[in-house]
Amino acid sequence: MEQEEELFLPRFITTEENFAAGHRACIGCGEALAVRHVCKALGKNVIIVNATGCIEIYSSLLPYTSWRVPWIHTLFENVGAVVSGVESAYKARIQKGKIEDRGVKFVGFAGDGGTSDIGLQALSGAMERGHDFLYCCFDNEAYMNTGIQRSSSTPYGAWTTTAPVGKKSIVGQTTWKKNMPEIAVAHRIPYVATACPSYPFDLMDKVKRGMEIEGPAYLHIFSVCPTGWRCPPEITVEIGRLVVETGIFPLYEVINGEYHLSVDFPKLKSVREYLKKQGRFRHLTEKDIERIQARVEEEYEKLRERASQKTAKGASQNKCAKFMTMDR
Amino acid sequence: MTKGKIVGLEGSFAVAEAVRMANVDVISAYPITPQTHIVERLAEMIADGELDAEFICVESEHSAMSACVGASAAGARVFTCSASQGLELMHEVLYIPSSMRLPVVAVTANRALSAPLSVWCDHSDAMAIRDIGWIQIFAENNQQAFDLTVCAYRIAEDKEVLFPAMVHIDGFYLSHVIEGVMLPDEEEVAHFIPDYEHPFVLDPEDPVSMGCYGPPFIYPEAKKAQEVDFTNTKPKIQETWDEFGETFGRYYSPVEKYKMEDANIALLTMGSSGETAMLAVDEMREEGRDVGLIRLRLWRPFPFKEFRDAVKDVELLVVLDRAISFGMGGPVCSEVKSALYDKRKDLSIVGFIGGLGGRDIPIDGFKYMVNRALEKVKMIERGEEIETEMIGIRE
Repeated sequence: MEQEEELFLPRFITTEENFAAGHRACIGCGEALAVRHVCKALGKNVIIVNATGCIEIYSSLLPYTSWRVPWIHTLFENVGAVVSGVESAYKARIQKGKIEDRGVKFVGFAGDGGTSDIGLQALSGAMERGHDFLYCCFDNEAYMNTGIQRSSSTPYGAWTTTAPVGKKSIVGQTTWKKNMPEIAVAHRIPYVATACPSYPFDLMDKVKRGMEIEGPAYLHIFSVCPTGWRCPPEITVEIGRLVVETGIFPLYEVINGEYHLSVDFPKLKSVREYLKKQGRFRHLTEKDIERIQARVEEEYEKLRERASQKTAKGASQNKCAKFMTMDR
Repeated sequence: MTKGKIVGLEGSFAVAEAVRMANVDVISAYPITPQTHIVERLAEMIADGELDAEFICVESEHSAMSACVGASAAGARVFTCSASQGLELMHEVLYIPSSMRLPVVAVTANRALSAPLSVWCDHSDAMAIRDIGWIQIFAENNQQAFDLTVCAYRIAEDKEVLFPAMVHIDGFYLSHVIEGVMLPDEEEVAHFIPDYEHPFVLDPEDPVSMGCYGPPFIYPEAKKAQEVDFTNTKPKIQETWDEFGETFGRYYSPVEKYKMEDANIALLTMGSSGETAMLAVDEMREEGRDVGLIRLRLWRPFPFKEFRDAVKDVELLVVLDRAISFGMGGPVCSEVKSALYDKRKDLSIVGFIGGLGGRDIPIDGFKYMVNRALEKVKMIERGEEIETEMIGIRE
């Protein structure tokens, strides 16, 4: 990262809330915070397609709704397909002259279960077909809506109700977190990024970029869940920062196949700092933590390597660097 | 009389012609035998510029119906088609348009379900979706495949209906067999099904939330409203078919009768076997027997009144099921019995299961059913238990 480009500029964000207050999310919900930021960045001219999950449950209890933009929820695993249908309907009706082109954007929302597990097929299909949409995965690393059951996005070592810490099996989740952004990258779509609401400007910029780019865009948003992670609700933002600072969840963009680290650190913090704050990791032994540390470093190096391979296409990265300065 | 021309068409192509004339906006489908010719023909029409529509080549039937739901919610006229395992894979999604009141139109080329794998016709797939709130219509020949698909759009999109509609054509018997089909003038069809404007669409200028979460204090009322409205679609369906008849000269009704005027015995069929049954009735009539035929055109919502009227003078009703409800017998037979319970204690109803997995039911098969039913009536009178018999089985 080119430090000399760092500038402090006032940044204003809209006071308009398209995701209204009064929803029923848990105290300290990192996902609701992320949804709020995402909706600020999306603006009014969007249609949101939502999977079954926490967001849908806490935002749409009849007869109330938190949505000030058009919003549709149907099932758990079909966001990719429903958003394909909405986008195609607009495309066809504009093409036929039935409606005018008002530049409406199409966005899919789902959790990590609805994205990396049950909804993976529909999402893969939509990305492969090249629909013009932004997909936001709000990753809280387990099936929180149904009561903290493990998903393929649950990290190694985390306690969940279906990967419990027992007398015989003492580690919790025994598998490594599925790398969903890499799966999106493998579809060769124009835009893939990771974000976290602890870095709100970075998150909002990525939403805007994903929306503006023609074709499929995938945004993987780290969403702290105090209820499921067994941590106090007031440290949601802190946990979101630590996960980035430890290198466990790096913030990066892949623009037309080129990797850009949104923020990098000369020295990563120890994963211990992140793990020790959450009850879901309390059972981990020093050996487990060392194992996680080694894995994180290995993965982070691979990412750094990919990011260093890029050519001089630095414009968007420099922009990121500036915003990151503000975020931090 | 309508302008138009008679063309030799497979049932699949007849459906594709109807979809083309309906000028649909979005097609989303996944290929499965014996529905493939419908999607292939539609893709060809789009490639040749004969139809201006978006074709979403989805990766599964689940996504096919999901994309139709999204497109319909965004105001598009949509089409999908499937069969058998494909219909079962989209089963979960089928509930969505019927409860969110989206006029999705679909065609099913009826096919048996695994295992063992069978690509051939029966009605197991159609029966598996009977409780979902889709209007289900059974075609008997390729002309009907065309006519009823055209009508399905008009019915589904009627502001007093707004329910999804499915036209069932028997796999291979109709989907792959060429018959003469009268294709009406395109402008007349366009006039019959004008452009559709859904009352609530996903539009940033007028935001709505669709598919919200229904707690116990509201869910039952939502379901009651759905059931009342669904049942009330029956007059609209008849009205549409009447208007179609006046415009195009071919009339349909929920329960269609053949040689029923003085019949004491009635056969009941659904789908393509109705035409074979008609031949059987003709032969039996020549033999001096008072047999008639009832074909259920409309399966959902069930046409109770029309059905009771059709059998009011009959002493014996012989029902053919092309599906099994395991441990219960034939689903059609069970339902017609329940439709007549408390109304006709004097009517004997004997059910048969046949034509599973593409096994043909010849003319003699229907004659056998009538003769066997008469024997069974005697058995019932003697107080014997009778079971639903499967015909044409090698024991």
